[in-house]
Amino acid sequence: MYSDKVMEHFNNPQNQRKMENPDSIGKVGNALCGDVMWIYVKIDENEEGNEVIEDISWETFGCTAAIATSSMVTELAKGKTLEKALEITNEEVAEELDGLPSVKMHCSNLAADGLVEAIYNYLNSGEKEIPEDLKKRHDQIKQHMEKVQEEYGDYVEMEEEMHRTG
Amino acid sequence: MNELVYMDNAATTPVAKSVRKAMSVFFRDEFGNPSSLYSTATTARKEGLERSRERISDFLGAKQEEIIFTSGATESDNLAIKGVALSRDESAHFITTEIEHHAVLHAFEWLEDRGHEVTYLGVDEDGLVDPADLRKSLRDDTALVSIMYANNEIGTIEPIGELADITAEKGVLFHTDAVQAYGKFPLDLGNVDLLSASGHKIYGPKGVGFLYRRKGVKLEPLFHGGGHEKGLRSGTENVPGIVGLAEATELMAEEQNEEIPRERKLRDKIIEEVLNIPDSRLNGPNKNRLPNNANFSFKGIEGESIVMKLDNRNIAASTGSACSSPSLEPSHVLLSIGLPLSLAHGSLRITLGRETTEEDVEYLLEELPEVIEELRRASPLSN
Repeated sequence: MYSDKVMEHFNNPQNQRKMENPDSIGKVGNALCGDVMWIYVKIDENEEGNEVIEDISWETFGCTAAIATSSMVTELAKGKTLEKALEITNEEVAEELDGLPSVKMHCSNLAADGLVEAIYNYLNSGEKEIPEDLKKRHDQIKQHMEKVQEEYGDYVEMEEEMHRTG
Repeated sequence: MNELVYMDNAATTPVAKSVRKAMSVFFRDEFGNPSSLYSTATTARKEGLERSRERISDFLGAKQEEIIFTSGATESDNLAIKGVALSRDESAHFITTEIEHHAVLHAFEWLEDRGHEVTYLGVDEDGLVDPADLRKSLRDDTALVSIMYANNEIGTIEPIGELADITAEKGVLFHTDAVQAYGKFPLDLGNVDLLSASGHKIYGPKGVGFLYRRKGVKLEPLFHGGGHEKGLRSGTENVPGIVGLAEATELMAEEQNEEIPRERKLRDKIIEEVLNIPDSRLNGPNKNRLPNNANFSFKGIEGESIVMKLDNRNIAASTGSACSSPSLEPSHVLLSIGLPLSLAHGSLRITLGRETTEEDVEYLLEELPEVIEELRRASPLSN
């Protein structure tokens, strides 16, 4: 059911680890369909004075597609400027993996959203300027997460608890 | 690498050699249309179709005219449920359970959309229906009760005899989806009015099954055409498939006494050893369980990942995790027995079969703990 590329990333996931002292974390997920992702980033300035993703890693609870997309998005984002990293979409991640089964496109294909959230949180906590597009994307993701929280609050809390002790 | 270790026999089974052989005759040598008049067609009718009907009705303890051949259990379920509803002039009340196969649940949802009322009985933590619940739910306008004989995911065998008796007291029809039970152990038809079964779960071919319909039960057909199967299922009969179904049934009957204890012993060994894995649990009952079924949940990891990692090691099994279903929700059966989402996501179903060997079980028991450990190391939700 999965492409060879998906299986390659599932069996040899890249950048899969919890990061010590990240500059920011993005969390996205959907408890009902069982996928939760944490994306960690370290951000630095390059020689031109642009902020770039110096290091990126992830932890994901989820199916094969969720693991593979997490792995792929971090490969795509590593070393990119924040501006370029924000151009990565969920669809592009799926394309880079030679496609995902159609039922997985909306459920498990959240990795780019996780990256968006990590960058948003970074800019927001540093009181830096947040581009309008990013605000919009963040609001959409937040809305979705709130809906999940509302419906499956107990599960999300347990998930947080397990993640802390994990 | 090991040869394939197939542990998903509740999904489907390989066709037995003797079944394939019995079928092959009716593809070419005796290919006639059972409805035709000349002699070669007569062979297809008598030796193929009617002899098969006889073998199956003998096995069930039913009359020959009570067997309606279909394309499989999904059709049988639909014919039973919609067939009863359509045979009535008015909207009616129906009773089923939360843990039925989708062929039953979605047929009932279809009826609900058309003005019928359906009560979905819950089950206890083992997946058992409480006969008292059924008794309370029966109404004067109840047309049909449909409760599965054995659950495909967690293996629970329902007290069908008792449930059908309660239903009969009220003069209400009783249907059971017996896909997982048929051929595995002797079925007591008792007060059962309608029963669905399938060929491919018992080492027969896919695309064939039957509906047992007690004589006199009123059904409206779903297919209209040449009036085959007493007008209840038009369409030229799938003679090779039907012959395969009958042959498979007889094979199951012949080996029941030896095969069931053999599979149960292997299965019990799996349960005993898998439960040594930390934070694991058995889903479904200890008693009243299909002898070949084991279903586990592992805390902190996701079921599809377990299945894919086992697949890498050439072991085929299945999961009730959301990722395995097009609806992207975890198994309704696991949620119905009260499993929290976290555990429903981390489930693994192992179903043994005729070809499962002790070596296969040993291999699974070597590989599975490693897979679980590997996945837990990588899981953000695991200690």
